[in-house]
Amino acid sequence: MKVDKKIIVRVLAIVLSYALITFLLRMGLLNRQYTALLIPIGVNIMLAVSLNLVTGFLGELSLGHAGFMSIGAYAGALFSLHVEMPALPSILLAMVIGGVTAAVFGFLIGVPVLRLRGDYLAIVTLAFGEIIKSVLNALSFTNGARGLSKIPLNANYEHYTIVFIAVVITVLVIANVVDSRHGRAVCSVRDNYIAAESVGIHVSRFKILAFVIGAFFAGVAGAIYAHNVGIIKPTTFDYNQSIEILVIVVLGGMGSIKGSIIAAIILTALPEVLRGADDMRMLLYSIALIAMILINQSGFKEKLLERFHSGKKQKAGE
Amino acid sequence: MKNVIEQLINGLSTGSIYALIALGYTMVYGIARMINFAHGDIIMVGAYALYVGVSLMNLPIAAAILLSIIVCAVLGITVEKVAYKPLRKAPPLAVLITAIGVSFLLQNLALLIFKATPIPFQSVIQVPSVSIGGITISGVTIVTLVMTLISMVILTLFINQTRAGSAMRAVSEDKGAAELMGINVNRTISQTFAIGSVLAAIAGILYICQYQSLRPTLGALPGIKAFVAAVLGGIGNVPGAMLGGIVLGLIESIAKAYISTELSDAIVFGVLVVVLLVRPSGLLGKLKNEKV
Repeated sequence: MKVDKKIIVRVLAIVLSYALITFLLRMGLLNRQYTALLIPIGVNIMLAVSLNLVTGFLGELSLGHAGFMSIGAYAGALFSLHVEMPALPSILLAMVIGGVTAAVFGFLIGVPVLRLRGDYLAIVTLAFGEIIKSVLNALSFTNGARGLSKIPLNANYEHYTIVFIAVVITVLVIANVVDSRHGRAVCSVRDNYIAAESVGIHVSRFKILAFVIGAFFAGVAGAIYAHNVGIIKPTTFDYNQSIEILVIVVLGGMGSIKGSIIAAIILTALPEVLRGADDMRMLLYSIALIAMILINQSGFKEKLLERFHSGKKQKAGE
Repeated sequence: MKNVIEQLINGLSTGSIYALIALGYTMVYGIARMINFAHGDIIMVGAYALYVGVSLMNLPIAAAILLSIIVCAVLGITVEKVAYKPLRKAPPLAVLITAIGVSFLLQNLALLIFKATPIPFQSVIQVPSVSIGGITISGVTIVTLVMTLISMVILTLFINQTRAGSAMRAVSEDKGAAELMGINVNRTISQTFAIGSVLAAIAGILYICQYQSLRPTLGALPGIKAFVAAVLGGIGNVPGAMLGGIVLGLIESIAKAYISTELSDAIVFGVLVVVLLVRPSGLLGKLKNEKV
């Protein structure tokens, strides 16, 4: 039996990174600041990879990803606050509940919204993010603007194994979806939806599929976030949060899962390393965002490469 | 009844600010086929420029207003040249992300320079309020309505009567054909950005006189709402933006007064969703079929 090389690499990467985290934690090589980064890195990987499915592979800009994260966070947190259970089943159920609730909302929002494309879709997802925020602010069982607190910390760094598994599942599911027949259909919608439609691909069905999967994992990530921090407020999940996820996706490379993972790790750890420059963080993000697009999309890169290659040729000709 | 009329006048005044901002969105969309996400933040820059002019440089009010308008116009043109022009042929997603980046850049620059604490600002409009039949209308509201009306009349005349205006209409109809007719497309696009930014500056000044507090994010929400207004009226359509802005202002003010203050934003965005689903081309827009 021939084993796919890709699978070996993936399994190795998973095992090694888990071993590395365990080693670092057990040996006490990480101080408290860095330990506190573990779970946020996991959460950001999940958010970035799930947004990448919608933005990178489906090609639609969703500016409401933080909205789905908030739904998952609230659903999961409300569950743990109201149902007494041992820690492990409780967090597992909270994650599932968070994910499913977010997916249901993703479906309800997606069915009407995904008839739109491009700019309009981006704005409507933004609008939904804001609607979710103001509804959470107005409802009484979510405790309004004060938010929920004293959420059991069932997903903090001591429970890193659960979070690690959740991250791995997220990445594997999305990578497999992208590699599958459905995934290729999703990509074809991005590349040319008219052509896709004319060869019989049900465009809106695949849009909703990608959107719902994205929402599900954002919800799971939200639930983990809630059980790591312990306090959630509607303002935690604002437009800035959505943009931060988008920055990770764009910097990592749209349509590259590996890129999203690496960018999520770097961009989560960077603010902690560059503590003094915290005011500059969002400024740098925005500059990076603009620069990245300008370099990749304006033909600048091609020109540079061309010059580089022709220079080489000239040298070879001498 | 008195209360209702007062709410309607409030709505008219907020709505006219939205209309001014929406005009910028709609004109830029009509010509460059892109949503200028940074438009809302131009309002913020206009408001801060006014603050710098009046409070820090002690300029006379007219000069400060002029300063604010010039700063915004220059900023609008610069943003277009640096961030959007190289991407004319890029996919829309790339342009949209850049626009979001520019919006974020402006907000965070303001945050760095002026800090996050809101700065109180005394209104520069010193017009006494008027009372008609027991209904009081504040001076700011009157000035807002009058200024909006004047701006819209000038804009309509400009678009329909001048050479530059007809060049704009030509470019928005067919860029390639306009270029063949000898229209300088790049200059026309720059002009559009400049005009949109000037309108945003005026909106920013009026906004800041109403709310009297400066924050780096002050432009974000009116910006998005004005976008909703532009879509409501039919994006790319100038009279549509005016109508959409005023309708949205009225909806918001009534929702705030009679439904719920907290949910008023949700209602405004709900309007956007409903419009896009029921009539994606807006109230006055024409529906275009996409061709392969």
